[in-house]
Amino acid sequence: MKTFDIKISFSIMGLLIILVGIFQSWGVALSILNLCLISAVMSMGVNIQWGFAGLINFGVMGFLAIGGLATVLVSVPPVFEAWSAGGMGILVSGVFIIAVVFLLFFINKKFNEYKYKNYLIFIIIILSIPLLKLISGPSISKIESINAATSGFLGGMNLPIIFSWFFGALLSASVAFVIGKVCLGLRSDYLAISTLLISGIIISIVKHEEWLSRGVKNVIGLKRPAPYEVDLQSADWFIRLVEFLNTSKLSRIFDITERQDLLSQLVISSSGIFVKLCFALIFLLVVCSLLYLSEKALRSPWGRMMRAIRDNEDAAKAMGKNVVKQHLFIFMLGSAIIGFAGAMLVTYDGLFTPSSYQPLRYTFLIWVMVLLGGTGNNYGAILGAFVVWFIWIQSAPFALYVINLFTSQLDETNAIKLHMINSIPYFRYLMMGLGLLVVMRYRPMGLLPEKVLRK
Amino acid sequence: MDFLNAIILISNFIIVPAITYGSQLALGAIGVTLIYGVLRFANFAYGDLMAFGTMVVILFTWFLQSKGISFGLLPTALLALPIGILFTIVISLFFDKTVFEYYREKKSNPVTFIVVSLGIMFVLNAVVRIIIGPNDINFMDGHKFIIKAREFKQLTGLNEGLAIKSTQVITLITTIITCSVLFYFLNKTKTGKSMRAYSDNEDLALLSGIDPKKIILLTWVIVSILATVAGTLYGLDKSFKPFTYFNNLLPIFAATIVGGIGNPMGAFYGGFLIAFSEIALTYAYKKFFKYLLPESLEPNTLIQFISTDYKFAISFSILVIVLIFRPNGIFKGKVI
Repeated sequence: MKTFDIKISFSIMGLLIILVGIFQSWGVALSILNLCLISAVMSMGVNIQWGFAGLINFGVMGFLAIGGLATVLVSVPPVFEAWSAGGMGILVSGVFIIAVVFLLFFINKKFNEYKYKNYLIFIIIILSIPLLKLISGPSISKIESINAATSGFLGGMNLPIIFSWFFGALLSASVAFVIGKVCLGLRSDYLAISTLLISGIIISIVKHEEWLSRGVKNVIGLKRPAPYEVDLQSADWFIRLVEFLNTSKLSRIFDITERQDLLSQLVISSSGIFVKLCFALIFLLVVCSLLYLSEKALRSPWGRMMRAIRDNEDAAKAMGKNVVKQHLFIFMLGSAIIGFAGAMLVTYDGLFTPSSYQPLRYTFLIWVMVLLGGTGNNYGAILGAFVVWFIWIQSAPFALYVINLFTSQLDETNAIKLHMINSIPYFRYLMMGLGLLVVMRYRPMGLLPEKVLRK
Repeated sequence: MDFLNAIILISNFIIVPAITYGSQLALGAIGVTLIYGVLRFANFAYGDLMAFGTMVVILFTWFLQSKGISFGLLPTALLALPIGILFTIVISLFFDKTVFEYYREKKSNPVTFIVVSLGIMFVLNAVVRIIIGPNDINFMDGHKFIIKAREFKQLTGLNEGLAIKSTQVITLITTIITCSVLFYFLNKTKTGKSMRAYSDNEDLALLSGIDPKKIILLTWVIVSILATVAGTLYGLDKSFKPFTYFNNLLPIFAATIVGGIGNPMGAFYGGFLIAFSEIALTYAYKKFFKYLLPESLEPNTLIQFISTDYKFAISFSILVIVLIFRPNGIFKGKVI
């Protein structure tokens, strides 16, 4: 089968984004680029699990939400009142949870011979939930009652938000450790279903534990690693930069007040673009370093071993490789990258909205990216993220165009035409589904298939 | 008297809703399990297939209503049900022909099947939303209540009322009829037996002259009937919203696996197990104990195992627990 060239396909993608910049606006083009880059990090995380190791993780949404939660925990200033009111109770319950988890692992390990081990574990889990409620209940209601409209939660550590990306990765990896311990022994389709359901549990925790994340009340106004538009608009150097870049446009206007008006307009419009450009640079740096690292990993002896485990688990076992341990490790690694991406996404949006996490958008779309781009190939995963996100955004104008083309004979107030135009947002699902089906049928390895490395 | 009140309280808030919800889950779970047993993959598009069937039923209900036809005390949707089933069968067979058949002949691995079912899920999702929109639709008409809480109180003189909606009774009766026909078919008829044989051991079934094409066709027909019936019953009982149908896929999967994937009887029990634990564990028992215990022992907290926010999380946790301790499900062994 003919394979696409990496350079050509990425150039086409870049050209498309530039065309969006020319025909729509540079702001739109840059937001597409930024979200493409964030999606690329997500799809690389999934690709590490699925492409390298053959682990099917449908819990992407959950790890993204954990990454998002990390931004809140790291960057928001702490609410001292809430801490003094209920901090103690929360800490005690945290210790309690950790103690229970350790107890369970201990029982699982030491009581291996004991006949009723499973029932014992089950009873401990069942008993610990009401106990936990008893311990944490009073302090939770105290915390949530403090300034319920504006805070009502514990807050975070007031650190720069960049740290939260790494903290999100760490948090995701530790959650992945627990999930992996429980689920990784399962067969592929069971693993898919159980990770999907566990991510549902994670979302309901993030959504309803308001003392932790404000839940459905959302956290807004998060910090940024990039400058704020308002600061830029009053910064001397930025105004001079805009003036310098638009010299030709400005010099054509002779009236001083008109020129000032135009300049301030330009400053306002370009401040938004400048902020997005800053984000794009940071994200690009992340994507490039991740790409470098995972390419290195793929070509290292470790990467060879992972592919060997994926392709023939029994043979790898016979060669003395610890398959269980490696699976757990790569599950944690991939989840950490997904958590990292989740924190990046929330940082870029500037707000954390737990209710927006839906499996279709945050699990299955990412999977479409990986499958479309090429499993097992990092460049493929990135290309998939770019293509899918581009289609996802641009399918609305495209669908509008197609509908207008086909219904041009119909009246402006025709009921069918109006109905179709109202349902434009859903054409993206149709395109994703059809795209996935076509690729799976005619290019089952994706746009950029995995390269078989032979010396 | 207090004891009776407590019983009525529990029936009103736990038993009746759980039986209704359980029947809907059970019908859905049997469909998923049949697909798994015969076609050997987990169909992620099932929730949206339910939504599609229900959508056709709603459209046809509107058509009937516009013609002034109604079903007396029963909801008009029941008249529209056969049309919905027909359309769902057509679309299932269409997707089987265009998508699944290719991978079946290639003997692809289960993950490929899951991935293409995801593709169909996206497509159906879009089709339903484009045709009928993403909003909540209530298409229940006819008589709403069999007995209202106040009437019940007047009738019996008790403090607690028991309200039974007609949709709850319809759900239960429909489920009983559908399941008895289905289990009779699977256990007693020759075609049903050959279907079970095919799911049990494909090669042996082929050797004994069972036509796989016929079995697969039949499976899609049964699955489409179950999906449409379950979807319509759920829509009548609550309301129709495409997103909820997608979300219901998750407890349905939980019920399927809890009952042992590929085992219809297990899926049936699994549906009720999930429904009862979701509702019983999130109910606040304060009032219940107030009736039963002497005044000195009356509880001052809600006595709720876990808050209602975690309703879905309960079914997922049950699934995870079952997967860890009994990966083959509670009723393991027999594949349909």
